[in-house]
Amino acid sequence: MNLVEFGATAALLLPLLGFIALVAGGRKLGEPWAGVLATLAVAGAFVGALSAFIGLLDIHGHGRAVTVTLFEWIPSIGVNTALLVDPLSITMALFVTGVGGLIHLYSIGYMHGDQGFARFFTYLNLFTFSMLLLVLADNYLLMFVGWEGVGVCSYLLISFWFERSTAAVAGKKAFVTNRIGDAGLLLAMFLLFGTVGALDYHSVFADVDGIAGVTVTAAVLLLLVGACGKSAQLPLHVWLPDAMEGPTPVSALIHAATMVTAGVYLMVRSSPLLEHAGDATTVIAIIGAATALFAATVACAQSDIKRVLAWSTISQLGFMFLAVGSGAYIAAVFHMVTHAFFKALLFLGSGSVIHAMDDEQDMKAMGGLRALLPITSATFIIGWLAIAGIPPFAGFWSKDEVLTAAYDKSVILWAVGLLAAFLTAYYMSRQVFLVFFGKARWEESGKHPHESPRTMVLPLVVLAGASVLGGALNLPFGPHLLTTWLEPAIAQHHHEELTVSRFLMLAGITTVLSLTGIALARGWLKRPERSELEPPLLRRAWGIDDAYAAVVGGPGRATANALAQGVDAGLVDGATMGVGGLVRAGGQRLRAIQTGYVRNYAMGIAFGVVMLLGWVVSRAGG
Amino acid sequence: MSLGGEWYLTLAAALFTIGSVGLLIRRNVLVMFMCVELMLNAVNLSFVTFARMLGDIGGQAVVFFVLVVAAAEVVVGLGIIVAVTRRRSGATADDLNLLRG
Repeated sequence: MNLVEFGATAALLLPLLGFIALVAGGRKLGEPWAGVLATLAVAGAFVGALSAFIGLLDIHGHGRAVTVTLFEWIPSIGVNTALLVDPLSITMALFVTGVGGLIHLYSIGYMHGDQGFARFFTYLNLFTFSMLLLVLADNYLLMFVGWEGVGVCSYLLISFWFERSTAAVAGKKAFVTNRIGDAGLLLAMFLLFGTVGALDYHSVFADVDGIAGVTVTAAVLLLLVGACGKSAQLPLHVWLPDAMEGPTPVSALIHAATMVTAGVYLMVRSSPLLEHAGDATTVIAIIGAATALFAATVACAQSDIKRVLAWSTISQLGFMFLAVGSGAYIAAVFHMVTHAFFKALLFLGSGSVIHAMDDEQDMKAMGGLRALLPITSATFIIGWLAIAGIPPFAGFWSKDEVLTAAYDKSVILWAVGLLAAFLTAYYMSRQVFLVFFGKARWEESGKHPHESPRTMVLPLVVLAGASVLGGALNLPFGPHLLTTWLEPAIAQHHHEELTVSRFLMLAGITTVLSLTGIALARGWLKRPERSELEPPLLRRAWGIDDAYAAVVGGPGRATANALAQGVDAGLVDGATMGVGGLVRAGGQRLRAIQTGYVRNYAMGIAFGVVMLLGWVVSRAGG
Repeated sequence: MSLGGEWYLTLAAALFTIGSVGLLIRRNVLVMFMCVELMLNAVNLSFVTFARMLGDIGGQAVVFFVLVVAAAEVVVGLGIIVAVTRRRSGATADDLNLLRG
């Protein structure tokens, strides 16, 4: 077993072992050892992924992909429990375990004193295992196992504080919404298996030239339905803002950095299909751009510190879909990685603020926290500049690459993305100004904000460093580390040559717009109550939730009731009850024969004998 | 002189008819039981007759089976009758209609 195989297997199995150990003895370990065990398991997984990465570096060219077959799963359809270790999967595994490990560490401090301390880390380890299974699987079916695994963990962790009915409802909402997406993914798998007869990536992509264009388009659109559910794209985005009911580290890990990017990963992994899917990629780009703009507008009017970030996550995921739809798969991964850095940082920072403010989440009740939370505010500000797209922070480079690709695809999509980027700078500045600057609006409440413990601050500092330097992964001019690294694993797409003048023009426009957004948000420094800038329509997220509730609760419920009373009670129940009633009535009639008098039975026997004799005699005679 | 086989067969038919009619029209359980025995023995008689007429020992062998089974049946049947008459005296067959549907 070489380094690649060993590293990947260890990375996958360590969180699973951690999960099993915590299930068995988590309660006994208690605080903080359950958290330490979970963190060590994920840290070990990171080391495993790192060694697999180092092992991969020794292989050159297009052979840079190793399949590790753990065991045969369903031989009749050629599906094995096998890992595909290639540049794409190992990039995902590295940032899942890297960012995940930091968030585990942070959670030890954040979950301090919680009743479900051990349970929390049990779920987190199970989540990490499922996520690694998702990204490392070498076929769609095994990927789907991980896909459902992270879905279950998401549900469990959103409703972690299940005594609160809002949390329980939010978990249910996430679960049900994701089922819609999963149905699409399942159909896509059926279609691919029916056409190709295999589900492993290699066979499917090798046969893509031989499949009818319509089939590929349909498969990609169905995959897109699945990706929209998991990555909270229009119109299946409704669950993510509510998912903020979960503990903040969960929001950072699952609902910002890793799980919600699974849809983007699925799209990038299926890039050979996308290259043959024709107009389906335009659909992806339009959904991405629309989501990016839509979610950004909603984020402008939220006052809950975590909800702003949730809508911002949806918006940034829209950018990634825009990149995928424009054929810029590497830009999508690049933005995914940098987004994981700065969005995890922002969420953990907001968690630190919430922690300091005794579970206060309303930004209107904060303000002036900069001096009291020096490290949190400094790192948060770095995250803010990164997401706002200010050079030289990480977000600038990745977002610029996405927008450049969108510009090549269509000027309209680029303009929509640009507007979203402008709004991003605006709402993030609004958040930072409301929370860390201006007048302190919490003094009457008698709170004493304090900086968080060391286990919480350390991840913030590391992530802040990554948010500053993350852009170096793929600078537009230079060694193109990420592009060179990922190229063998991803379908080739023709791109326009990026000249210096074009880069300066596009990046210049983006930067100027971002700075304008920040400048426009300055008003929030003075006055936290400006309801004219928070129209109810935006506060209610354009009424999409209300519309869903109206449709599902009104005609939907009426249809269900009609079906329940008409078809189920009438037809289905009627058929089964009818058969039973028929038999019962027949029996009622027939029981009259059983008189209980021996002479009647004897008469019956005698009669039967006579009839039989008559039959025999008549046959003999004839 | 010996009588022809037809006489025996006629006698067997007569005994069988008496037995079956008795079973159908009588109400006394013991008498009905005797009627069953009569029918069984009528059949036995016809078996023996045919065995003799056809020179086949098989018919006589069957008679032994019938006798053994009839003996066992008498034991069980009389046991039931004794058990029933202990619970209710002078019971006729028509009183025993507990298994009415």
